Amino acid sequence: MSSVKTSLKEKKGLKGTLLGLVRQQIFIPIAALLLLVLFNLIVDPSFFAISLSENSAGDPVLSGYLITILDNASELAILAIGMTLVTAASGGQDISVGATIAIAGSVVLRVLCGTNSRPETLQAPIIVAFLVCCVVAMLFGAFNGVLVAYFKIQPMVATLILYTAGRSIAAWINNNELPIISEPSFGYFGNFIPGIPVPTPVFIAIACMVVIALALKFTNLGLYSQSVGINPHSSRLNGIDPAFIKFITYVILGLCVAVAGFIKVSRFSTINYSVVAKDIEMDAILAVALGGNALSGGKFNMGASILGAYVIQFLTTTLFKFNVDSSALPAYKAVVVILLVVLSAPVAREKLSNFWKKLAPAKAAKEAN
Amino acid sequence: MKKLLTLILALAMVLALVACGNTANNGGTGNNGGSANNGGSADEGGEADLITVGIINNDPNESGYRTANDKDMKETFTEENGYKATFAYSLKNDEQIAAAQKFVQDEVDYLLISAAGTAGWDSVLQDAQDAGIQVILFDRTIDADPSLYVASIVSDMAQEGKTAVDWLASQGLEEYNIIHIQGVMGSAAQIGRTGALDDMVAANENWNLVDQQTAEWNAETAQQIVQAAIDSGKEFNVIYAENDDMAKGAVAALDKANISHGVNGDVIIMGFDCNKWALEELLAGNWNYDGQCNPFQASYIDEIIKGLENGQAPAEQVVILEEKGFDAATITQEDVDTYGI
Repeated sequence: MSSVKTSLKEKKGLKGTLLGLVRQQIFIPIAALLLLVLFNLIVDPSFFAISLSENSAGDPVLSGYLITILDNASELAILAIGMTLVTAASGGQDISVGATIAIAGSVVLRVLCGTNSRPETLQAPIIVAFLVCCVVAMLFGAFNGVLVAYFKIQPMVATLILYTAGRSIAAWINNNELPIISEPSFGYFGNFIPGIPVPTPVFIAIACMVVIALALKFTNLGLYSQSVGINPHSSRLNGIDPAFIKFITYVILGLCVAVAGFIKVSRFSTINYSVVAKDIEMDAILAVALGGNALSGGKFNMGASILGAYVIQFLTTTLFKFNVDSSALPAYKAVVVILLVVLSAPVAREKLSNFWKKLAPAKAAKEAN
Repeated sequence: MKKLLTLILALAMVLALVACGNTANNGGTGNNGGSANNGGSADEGGEADLITVGIINNDPNESGYRTANDKDMKETFTEENGYKATFAYSLKNDEQIAAAQKFVQDEVDYLLISAAGTAGWDSVLQDAQDAGIQVILFDRTIDADPSLYVASIVSDMAQEGKTAVDWLASQGLEEYNIIHIQGVMGSAAQIGRTGALDDMVAANENWNLVDQQTAEWNAETAQQIVQAAIDSGKEFNVIYAENDDMAKGAVAALDKANISHGVNGDVIIMGFDCNKWALEELLAGNWNYDGQCNPFQASYIDEIIKGLENGQAPAEQVVILEEKGFDAATITQEDVDTYGI
């Protein structure tokens, strides 16, 4: 009898820690990641092979699925940072990021090319182009921010304006031309720096993460945006200006968009306004949702969102590997969204916890017998 | 406060409309002014007045092809050439049909249409015919009774695909292991260019499709598809991309993995559309083949309209544009300058 009791106790301890783990917000993206890893491990372990080889220019590069995932998820991870803040503070999402990436990229090319769409030499230093692109993207972010924060328009409706108009604005910036940059050093930011075998976007993404981690640690950005998201009125009573906090999160997202847009145009040294970063806003929102963050605002976990971005790219690359029709990709992502939304709904949560409770006594009774 | 906001928004919308009107009408008239003038010129009839044309096209930002097409139209249908042109752009069929209806009401002399979709045009074309408006289709054909339009100047996408596949067959490889990167599924270009390759693969033992995937005209998706094929160690020696952007993406993946391509390379690169930069890649020997999709229909239309004005019916109702395929071995700088878009 006593032995049974102790084992029960142990069981409870184990279950307790397990439940604690499950309750952790970051559990959702980790579980999704593990599921994908496990699936690939069973089907084809060579998925995880990484090899060091040379590219056609003779420089060493790392290659393999994992590197591809890390590389291609960079822009999404950067966007997820801004999208998490916007979601937390304003309780809505910015659906114009894909279109504003087109604008940001177009600005970079415009500054570098001047009026000639096929320049032999760069018309301005790359750093200048990048800074101008940051300013412009932050202005567009500010436009969204003003509509949401001061005019109190629903975020999705406010950003719908740029969602529809953004790509045309991007085309207009370059007079409908598709500039191409022949200077090889411009391509370093989206590909490889000669001699460094890790893709540059990975470094850029890490830099962004470090910056946001420092910002969240040493400023009140995180605290304020969460409190505004949870209850703007009480934050106001506590001396926070909710409108300004909302506004500033959109400007930060604009900065993220600028970095992502810069990487995007650097990948091919050119741009195609109608397809660049197409549907990336949906992926960015999905990353936030996958991170277990409430899309209605409030508390957030930045790490979980970023991990969510990598999970999405992991899924995409896995599907490409298995030759799944890429036009079917959105359907798979939709399944993930549905699962997440259903699981996070209060009704489903209550049912689930009841189910667990029912299961636990049944098990205990079984063991006692 | 709210009233003020509404007022500002309304003003902004009006301003935007005015701005759009100005950019959309290179002929020099605003939207409303244009329609009023159109009515006038139709009444005056046979005088040496401008011929009014309503041009319905797809969004010029869609691709380099469309940009070139739109530019060609704008350069041909000018007042110096005796035209008063009004343009309407949309990628959506229903919006295009609505624009066509407006042009019919405005009583333009000619209605030029590059339809976004093939269906649903019958009634508006019937209205045009009843109003005595001549309809000319360009670039894309539609599912409507041929009696409803006087001429169509179109690209034969299936022929483009066949020219490309025949060229590939003439390369005499022992085995064809092809990565096929498709455009947006269901588009005319995708159907035509895919069909030719599928037929060939079905008919020949030594033609295999290693991968057949849509990248939706997107270079980055194409790069990921080819990257996935390389990472999983698939053997291939041909990349058949249905436009230049996707071929570029594929080549970026090959470069990363140090796989040689182009003339004397391990992998044959094929693209479509003949963008200028793509033809330059051909000239440099980095690619092997680029199929033309001719965006220059304006001169044909001009000829037909001038003929109709003099009472001559067009010689053929359906004009299929001549479209070339360029081989890296034979392309010259002159070709690049002439055919690059």
